[in-house]
Amino acid sequence: MTTRFRLALDSITRVRGVHGALLVAGDDGLIIAEALMEKVNGKAVAALAASLAKRLRRSMEACKAGAPHFMHLQAQDGTLVVVPAPDGVLVVTVGDARMNVGLVRLEMLRAAEALA
Amino acid sequence: MRTTRAVEGWTLVPLERFIMESGARLALLMTPAGQVLAQHGFTRAVDVMSAAALGAAIVSSTGEIAKMMDEPEFRALNHQGVEHGIFLAGFETLRGRLLALVVYGTDSSMGLVELFFQTLKAELVAACPVEERREPVLAADFEHELNASLGSLFGR
Repeated sequence: MTTRFRLALDSITRVRGVHGALLVAGDDGLIIAEALMEKVNGKAVAALAASLAKRLRRSMEACKAGAPHFMHLQAQDGTLVVVPAPDGVLVVTVGDARMNVGLVRLEMLRAAEALA
Repeated sequence: MRTTRAVEGWTLVPLERFIMESGARLALLMTPAGQVLAQHGFTRAVDVMSAAALGAAIVSSTGEIAKMMDEPEFRALNHQGVEHGIFLAGFETLRGRLLALVVYGTDSSMGLVELFFQTLKAELVAACPVEERREPVLAADFEHELNASLGSLFGR
């Protein structure tokens, strides 16, 4: 993993409650870089999060709302957050239900900017 | 309209599930010789036969390249186009090696197809019956066998 990618992910994974962060190729749903706990299936998260992001983007465009900047899914036991970065890359974070979403959002937006 | 059909019944449910989950547009399950076990999305027999022959030929060619590189085998091959991508991979079952050729569009992705292919592979390996002793296909029976297979694949 290149230093630039590692630094981008490290700042996200330092937040309490985060189980992992990935950089994903949005069109392909493949992992570019990852920093994940062992129990997280990175390939599955990457493929499904990219598919979800693609569909949500289409939904938002159909609503004439433009491209989404931040996608947040909250479930009973966990959280999935996706932020689009330049060049079709997605910053994806997986965490537990107590994860500080505000702080994670900030770090993910910083990571997305750093990838530009 | 149901567009997934199988010559070998045990392949049908795993393939249908794979299509539903991966969003693939076309799929073929076949032997390395190009004999089709199941198909999804094809409407013409000639397209199935062409795709099976070409897919089997690609796997054979890349297998030879792998040998030249002292690589046991290539697990999968992906070609990404503008509107479509193809995914071609082989796996072992009790009936020997099988190949899957998958065509997907922009509503799916390489990652999704690869992810759900792992499930398809596991389900097919689990569902595969032990090889029954089969009579060799004689030249005289070949056309009948071929027509019977195409009949199963296109519901005729």
